[in-house]
Amino acid sequence: MGIHPASIRTSRGGGAADSARRSDSLLTVILFLLPSLALFLIFVVYPILQSVYYSFFNWKGFGPAVDFVALNNYRRILTDRVFLIALKNGLIIIALSLGIQLPLALGIALMVRRDLPGRAFFRTIFFMPYVFSEVMAAIMWLGLYNADPQRGLINALLVLIPGAKPQAWLGDTRLVMPCIFVVLTWKYFGFYMLLFMTGLQNIPAELEEAARIDGANRRQLFQYITLPLLGSTIRISAYMSVLGSLQQFILVWVMTHGGPVNASEVMATYMYRFGFVRFQLGYGSAVAIVMFLICLIFSLVYQRLAPQADYLGAY
Amino acid sequence: MINTSSLRKHLPQVIQYLLLAIAVVLVLTPVVMIVFGGLKTRGEFMTRPYALPIPPRWENYGSILKMSSFWLMLRNSLIVMAATTSGVVFFCSLAAFVFARLKFRGKELFYNLFTLGLMFPINIAILPVYLVLRQTELTNTLIGVIVVQTAFQLSGNILILRGFFANIPAELQDAAYMDGCTPFGFYWRILLPLARPSLSAVAALTMIVSWNDLLVPLVALDKENLWTLPLGTMQFQGQYGQDLALIAAFVTLSAVPTVIFYLFAERQIISGLTAGAIKG
Repeated sequence: MGIHPASIRTSRGGGAADSARRSDSLLTVILFLLPSLALFLIFVVYPILQSVYYSFFNWKGFGPAVDFVALNNYRRILTDRVFLIALKNGLIIIALSLGIQLPLALGIALMVRRDLPGRAFFRTIFFMPYVFSEVMAAIMWLGLYNADPQRGLINALLVLIPGAKPQAWLGDTRLVMPCIFVVLTWKYFGFYMLLFMTGLQNIPAELEEAARIDGANRRQLFQYITLPLLGSTIRISAYMSVLGSLQQFILVWVMTHGGPVNASEVMATYMYRFGFVRFQLGYGSAVAIVMFLICLIFSLVYQRLAPQADYLGAY
Repeated sequence: MINTSSLRKHLPQVIQYLLLAIAVVLVLTPVVMIVFGGLKTRGEFMTRPYALPIPPRWENYGSILKMSSFWLMLRNSLIVMAATTSGVVFFCSLAAFVFARLKFRGKELFYNLFTLGLMFPINIAILPVYLVLRQTELTNTLIGVIVVQTAFQLSGNILILRGFFANIPAELQDAAYMDGCTPFGFYWRILLPLARPSLSAVAALTMIVSWNDLLVPLVALDKENLWTLPLGTMQFQGQYGQDLALIAAFVTLSAVPTVIFYLFAERQIISGLTAGAIKG
């Protein structure tokens, strides 16, 4: 490429921000971006746009879509009892995740922080479920939740308690969502623990030392030093937890197929059922767009409310 | 006197270890149950489901390792994982280099376009994506699975790598250009070797995501000879639903590569995940 005269003329700024001094040819930019941009446009952006189009049709997936129904699909979704159950279940998972899973992850991160002997061992064990596939996790837990105490460990332990009766767990419309939440927590709390451990590590030890010298007790230390300084980690964890909760699919599908009688239906299983089981592709497309809008709106609201510095790195 | 004070001093730590030990037991129980289950005969699985697998029976593992379909699934999973991971590392590093080190009109616009992908995860996009796979006639091909997995890994990993690349000193780039290096030369010979830790983090993360992916193969692949391990696991569970010991062995065997990989690449996986979530 050689040395450009321009690079000498404008090199006074210095630093990374001043890369403009090199006239990066447009061709370079295009060639470097082309592979990812092409894949992204064809398999991420174009599908969204196409599904917006199909969502206005009653379309079974054969031939061109001709039966234009305007907003009828959307009207049907928002008034369908099963979709509302799916939405409610999503909100339940969000509430339980924020209320139980994240505090649990934070508690464990606080326990294995910094100087605890055996820290690496605990981290390895607690994070392990995250690397298992969801199919494996689902099959493991299907066994544990078996309604027959002769086969399911949880019931076998339960009947040891005098007076306790075995439960149907995944077969019980009231218990199925808490049961699924337990599996989600088992699989994902280690991830949030990891984020909190990193966040805790970034808090300068001198700060806590100083507070301790000033006479702060453990509770005060946590409330006035640790928690505020962990703010951005907590916000990002909550953000990711909500987005994750809204898109659960495999665990639910493999363990319950959304049953019994739709009791564990979530939005993604609802979409899968209409799209891939009943082949109502127009309606399924509309469900996908509704899910996308829910995630998009949540993200935009989050970005508006969270301090600028937070969300830049979040995903 | 001394005893009580030392007890008081150590009590919190004892409780702490106790709680952590309980958590370890809870986390490992499902894993241990499935490993032990695979080591029992079908009869033992029924009659003594909670006993230790003594003596261990290796027949289940043997019969799965003798299935040609298991090796076929393993092969398919490896192909998909290798292709997706190389694609993601190469394409994302190219794009992240552009976003971190070059300047051009519309950069913000393109970057924002990619970040929009973070709000459209594959679980939500699967139906729209399936329609495109059908139009491009990529259903029932491993290529179809690979391009979709790659496309949906772009946003997050471009973001991660851009953060890493931005920390590489600008002087290095200036010096390279002075010496007559092209942008590609700088990227290939200087940036990539320097950024090796971040590239291996991205690679490790992508390998796990690809290896574990069920949804894309589930909708894209009907033909049994193309199934990947997670898809095969799910179908196997449906097919041999009654033989729980055999299923347990199957799940255990398909988890072995994951666990080995995890124990070796834990550091890379963790650094990739935390970099993706927490800036800096």
